[in-house]
Amino acid sequence: MDSSPARPKKPKIGLATWLAAGPGLLWLTLLLAIPCLALIAMAFASRGQYGEVVWSFSLDNLKRLIGYGLFGWSPDLIFILLRSLLVAAITTLLCVFIAYPLTFHMASRKPSIRVFWLILVIVPFWTNVVVRTYGWLLILGPQLPPAQLAAYLGLIPPGSALYPGSFAVYLGMTTTFLPFMALPLYASVERLDQDILEAARDLYANPFLIFWRVILPQTTPGLSVGVIMTFVPAMAMFVVTDILGGAKNMLIGNLIQQQFSQARDWPFGAALSMGLMLFTLLSLSFRRLKTPGQKDPSLL
Amino acid sequence: MKARILALVAYSSLILMYLPCLAVAVFSVNKARFGLNWKGFTLNWYQRLFENEAILEATYNSLLVAVITTVIATVIGTALALGLERATWPKPCQRLFDVIVNIPVVVPDIIMAVALVLAFSVLRHLSSVFELGLAALIISHVTFQISFVTLVVRGRLASLNPETREAAWDLFATRFYNFRRVTLPLIMPGVLAGAMLAFTLSLDDFIISFFIHGPESVTLPIYIFSSLKRGLTPETNALSTLMLLATVILALLAERLTRKL
Amino acid sequence: MVAQVNKSFGNHRVLNDVSLAVSKGEFFTLLGPSGCGKTTLLRLIAGLESVDSGMVFLGGQDVTAVPANKRQVNTVFQSYALFPHFNVIENIAFGLKARKFAPSEINSRVNRMLEMLKLEDFGKRFPNQLSGGQKQRVALARALVNEPSVLLLDEPMSALDPHLRTQVQAELLDLHRKIDTTFVMVTHDQSEAMFMGGRLAVMKDGQMVQIGAPREVYSRPKNKFVAEFLWGANILPATREGDWLMTTLGPLKTEDRVTWSEGHLAIRPELIVLEDRPERAKDNFVQATVIQTIYRGPSVELLLDPGPVKVVTSPRFNPQPGETVSLFIPPADLVALESQAA
Repeated sequence: MDSSPARPKKPKIGLATWLAAGPGLLWLTLLLAIPCLALIAMAFASRGQYGEVVWSFSLDNLKRLIGYGLFGWSPDLIFILLRSLLVAAITTLLCVFIAYPLTFHMASRKPSIRVFWLILVIVPFWTNVVVRTYGWLLILGPQLPPAQLAAYLGLIPPGSALYPGSFAVYLGMTTTFLPFMALPLYASVERLDQDILEAARDLYANPFLIFWRVILPQTTPGLSVGVIMTFVPAMAMFVVTDILGGAKNMLIGNLIQQQFSQARDWPFGAALSMGLMLFTLLSLSFRRLKTPGQKDPSLL
Repeated sequence: MKARILALVAYSSLILMYLPCLAVAVFSVNKARFGLNWKGFTLNWYQRLFENEAILEATYNSLLVAVITTVIATVIGTALALGLERATWPKPCQRLFDVIVNIPVVVPDIIMAVALVLAFSVLRHLSSVFELGLAALIISHVTFQISFVTLVVRGRLASLNPETREAAWDLFATRFYNFRRVTLPLIMPGVLAGAMLAFTLSLDDFIISFFIHGPESVTLPIYIFSSLKRGLTPETNALSTLMLLATVILALLAERLTRKL
Repeated sequence: MVAQVNKSFGNHRVLNDVSLAVSKGEFFTLLGPSGCGKTTLLRLIAGLESVDSGMVFLGGQDVTAVPANKRQVNTVFQSYALFPHFNVIENIAFGLKARKFAPSEINSRVNRMLEMLKLEDFGKRFPNQLSGGQKQRVALARALVNEPSVLLLDEPMSALDPHLRTQVQAELLDLHRKIDTTFVMVTHDQSEAMFMGGRLAVMKDGQMVQIGAPREVYSRPKNKFVAEFLWGANILPATREGDWLMTTLGPLKTEDRVTWSEGHLAIRPELIVLEDRPERAKDNFVQATVIQTIYRGPSVELLLDPGPVKVVTSPRFNPQPGETVSLFIPPADLVALESQAA
């Protein structure tokens, strides 16, 4: 019973508070917040002859984002952007399709076993993405059964590996991002009222209707967190595509990485980054609209 | 019938998630030098790790960076959490600080990496610390670690009973005594979990290190990545397996600590 | 103890010119609904909150500017706020250790407390291994071991199971009888406040409404709020015509001094007498129609028209709805209420 409206009391901001929060805030502001803003500014600058940044206002980089290059309009870049969106979307969708049965299975276990499942899903989340992708490289190699089976079925030439290619990329991406989807979704599915499902079944709803009308609306908070946690990093991913994808499967992440290394075109890299950042912010604000006042339960 | 389909998907997805890790581990004890056929069990490749200068150096770098960054980030992050959670900031300040602290959590790694590259390119004119290399690597790891430590410790702080601190105050404790005997012991599990998280994140980080590292500051993930480009060796399998094991153990410990109390 | 204290949180004025004097060794209770400012008042006395204006005295000394960790006042918090990382003994010793008492002194004082509160067997246990009642006793011991001049209790029963409360209330009274410390308790539970037997203060919207002994506050409520808050008295609007007070029940007389010409009267439902032999000659006899009869076991509750007036009476009576009954309203028990401040 809380009998006064303003409890619990917190102290005023004194020197000690500033000393505590100051270094961390300063560190993050100087090295992250300001550079992120600078990145946006740089998107409107241009590249000098030797790869230096020329600070004169130009919209060239933004034009290049929609495909206008030195030699007029070409669809190459747009393809990369669209492919990024597509790969991220398909990865997310695959994760959703797998995560629902997975989390339902988890939620229907006994509590003691549930914890075990939860840990099993969390552990891959922490393992190194390079190592895991490398693992796929081993598995999909030409001498092993998956590639041999594919060759036997005539899907790939005999003696070749299952990479580079879309199949390998989606396999790598989906297994990489599944925990990102499953963990937030599980938080919602676990809270799902079993009685409501029973009631829905009692009313002779078919499984599709039950999913659409009952399960989906009630798991939207977890699902939307999961979609964002999967979609945004999937778009920015470049390890998996670099190792398993080959040149044909380049994504925006690879492109950004190139601008800051080989190509030395920072302003264009900045423009690409800005696009990705805007996209992140958009999806975050979309989530805020959909589920107001909810804090991310999912970050760990 | 339906439950069986759920179970099937659940088990297959687990298998798919663990298969690559398993493959690396299996091949790390395979006798075959080339190719992927099973030629018998050996620990030879693990032994070889200790003869490989480059690997030893990368391991040394990784551990050095992880230890130093964890210490720095844990102290700064814990202090930041206390500063943010233990005072009433004006609403706009609070909102701004929340955004700043959450950048590393929501923004994709690659953008963080690019932002850091940008920051270093300017700061380099002030001090040579910001040249691409070990020092810059440490600074950039701390940057994202702070956020995660702060997040974990704040969660812990928020879950404490606010009356506990008042009780100590009421019982004649000075501010410092209160912090040392009450607040600190109570948030310790959170601080340790945050530290372990920071350590794992540093050890595991590839994308940011990839952008920031110099020729003398190759870390394990970068070494593995570049060895993939040069061609696979069984040593890489052994190295990767050890890294996986380290991460799994740390992650499980951190998990334990956050669940405790 | 406190004089003319004011306290606001933002634009919300939580305490408005509150003054209160508690004498040494008293068991004083602050009673009021949620949000009336009683907990804030307690926290001001503890020093956990600072006053906007006004003063706080302890034993005649002005302690307004003294912070909580230097006041000879200790608190039993609503949640008990035991330190989860210390065992019972360490919890109790905390205040003494913070003041750097000698270990032998700490030992003997803690042992005395363990004995007094029957906690001898739990010294090495941690708070999460204790029941609600045991936790409360540890919280009491942790506060009393410091021999405070005032012990503050913030809703000490609210974290307990309801069936435990009566027993714990009796134990608390017993404890107070054993030591000569002043107790100030906050509660929103009227029966708890009555049970403690000491003086009580009824608060509303940051103001003191009435201070007095339980019997006095119950039988002579000062205004409509007190009359209704303590088990809901019948409130009758009335106008004064000479010695008579005209109400919907008819003309009534009271022994109270009536200062207003238009105001309210209060009468406790159980003090209205149901007459089975109406004698019209006497004053304060009225007639009313039964709307509803509620059989409660030990008593019968009647809702009467006009009014509606509630009467609680012996279960011997069983008037049916529609029946007319005669009531006697004793002039001594009819209270003329003060008009409420706006």
